[in-house]
Amino acid sequence: MKITVGPIQFFWSAERFADFYAELAAEPCIDRVVLGELVCSKRLPFLHDAIATAVELLRGAGKEVVLTSPALVTLKRERAQLAGLASTWPQIEVNDLTMLAHLPAGTPFSVGPMVNIYSDGTLSWLAARGARRICLPPELPQEAVAHLCGVAAGLNVEIEQWAFGRLPLAISGRCYHARLHGRAKDNCQFVCGEDPDGLTVATVDGVGFLAMNGVQTVSDAYAMYAPRIAEFAGMGVGSLRLSPQTGDFVAVCRLFHACARGEMTADEVGREISALFPDRALLDRFTAAAEI
Amino acid sequence: MELVCPAGTPAALRAAVDAGAHSVYCGFANETNARNFPGLNFSVPELAAATDYAHARGAKVLVAINTFPRAGAEALWHKAVADAEACGADAVILADLGVMAHAARFHPNLRRHMSVQAGAANADVINFHAAQFGIARVVLPRVLSIPEIAAINRETTVETETFVFGGLCVMEEGRCSLSSYATGKSPNMNGVCSPASHVRYVEEEGMLVSRLGPYTIHRVGRSDPAPYPTLCKGCFSAGGKTGHVFEDPASLDAAELIPMLAKAGVSALKIEGRQRSRSYVAAVVRSFRAALEALEAGRPILTGTLDHVSEGGKATTGAYRKTWR
Repeated sequence: MKITVGPIQFFWSAERFADFYAELAAEPCIDRVVLGELVCSKRLPFLHDAIATAVELLRGAGKEVVLTSPALVTLKRERAQLAGLASTWPQIEVNDLTMLAHLPAGTPFSVGPMVNIYSDGTLSWLAARGARRICLPPELPQEAVAHLCGVAAGLNVEIEQWAFGRLPLAISGRCYHARLHGRAKDNCQFVCGEDPDGLTVATVDGVGFLAMNGVQTVSDAYAMYAPRIAEFAGMGVGSLRLSPQTGDFVAVCRLFHACARGEMTADEVGREISALFPDRALLDRFTAAAEI
Repeated sequence: MELVCPAGTPAALRAAVDAGAHSVYCGFANETNARNFPGLNFSVPELAAATDYAHARGAKVLVAINTFPRAGAEALWHKAVADAEACGADAVILADLGVMAHAARFHPNLRRHMSVQAGAANADVINFHAAQFGIARVVLPRVLSIPEIAAINRETTVETETFVFGGLCVMEEGRCSLSSYATGKSPNMNGVCSPASHVRYVEEEGMLVSRLGPYTIHRVGRSDPAPYPTLCKGCFSAGGKTGHVFEDPASLDAAELIPMLAKAGVSALKIEGRQRSRSYVAAVVRSFRAALEALEAGRPILTGTLDHVSEGGKATTGAYRKTWR
């Protein structure tokens, strides 16, 4: 099973961003890296050069490098950005169907977890259009993942499964970080950058529930699906998606890699990851309801 | 502009038509539509009869088939499209790309609308769907401002429909799995959000607590009105502050913005609320039909007439006014 590192969902400084990808480039267990700004186009000017540098570095290290399209496209500059993406890099991950308007039919592409693929017809249509790799929506139940793996195998499409990191749950036109700080979105002063893993949203009883990340809402708990790797392999999942969080992320990649190769048990991996993130709740499936 | 009104039941459909709806939208009583609530929606014979009733009075019927098919069970969604056509529906409202492709191929003469659940928020993606699947109208997500809607209309020939009244999603529709995360049931897969089956009201230390799944959504004084625990309108804590972190419990009322929406090139105005009673539907439809007639006659539009039916008695103009920016 391949190890894919997904795009950083949060707003990291250019320096942190550059250091992170330099470490990934040096790590042999990582096969594929999807990067770029997924959540908010206002962050992009700060990261533009760092993305270009990281792409070259990762490519030089032999990684498969894929650029993500943004998840919500409304403004003119965002639409122009998509047209630019299509013309600058051969491998694109579509995270909003708008991107397809810029990719001629038959151009190979990947599909990210923000695109709604729930059933055969949609998967088949996208495969016919050029999809080669699909990271399924995290909310999909296990039986649906198993079914779609079967469909994908017949279409020569690789299925990727979310396996680590705060789960993407919603995207909005409104910025919750700006709202919390009493600011309008246009005057957000990039306050989401103060929370490089997102900001926990707890219930009034003090139970961690969600986390805000600018216009995005993610889970407070970290998905940690190492206990299900064998099950994923049995279904035909070809790749695990690990979503960046701060801390020793390269260690996370190594642990998942070792687990996928049978060199460590899921229990061992679980213990190590709990030690790396002692303050975080870890979930082994999408729905948190049963965990509390 | 066309007034598109909700009908959760045959009785509500008749009430909407009688109150002046140009169109009504409804769904089958199963997981193919995004208001899959107990006691709501239509059987195939009910839809056929309702369509006859509406057509006899000059109103159209739009059938919402706007959830995302369960893997391996698409036949149910395909049957819904075929049944809608057989019943004489004027259009189907679709969210899933695979269902759109199916409808375009096997039901080319059935008019296809793109549901708000498809999350089409710009002219490029709308035009793409029009080219691929012959989409005639798109229901726009509630994250857009009026200038953004006007910009879309300048760049597409696809008709646009916008919500003017009722429940308000603050997340982009069709791309929100908050309910799924908290309860295992989602709008995309099950046609429900913050479902009543997972709601509990309990009294704790003299306070009334409403929970969704395991999570507390509101905690109010025992004598205060307890709002329904819709997840994104809940009271939470973040960064040392406690409040409505995502959105206040208020519903959309864009009546005063109708002239601006008309100027922005919007073709149809939509009222949310298939889960509402027929008296509610009749009152809201009558009020908006009067507003449209006032607009045509050049008279001012009366606003605030529906405050008593808004969620928590509070109304907002949502993203339209651009205050979110």
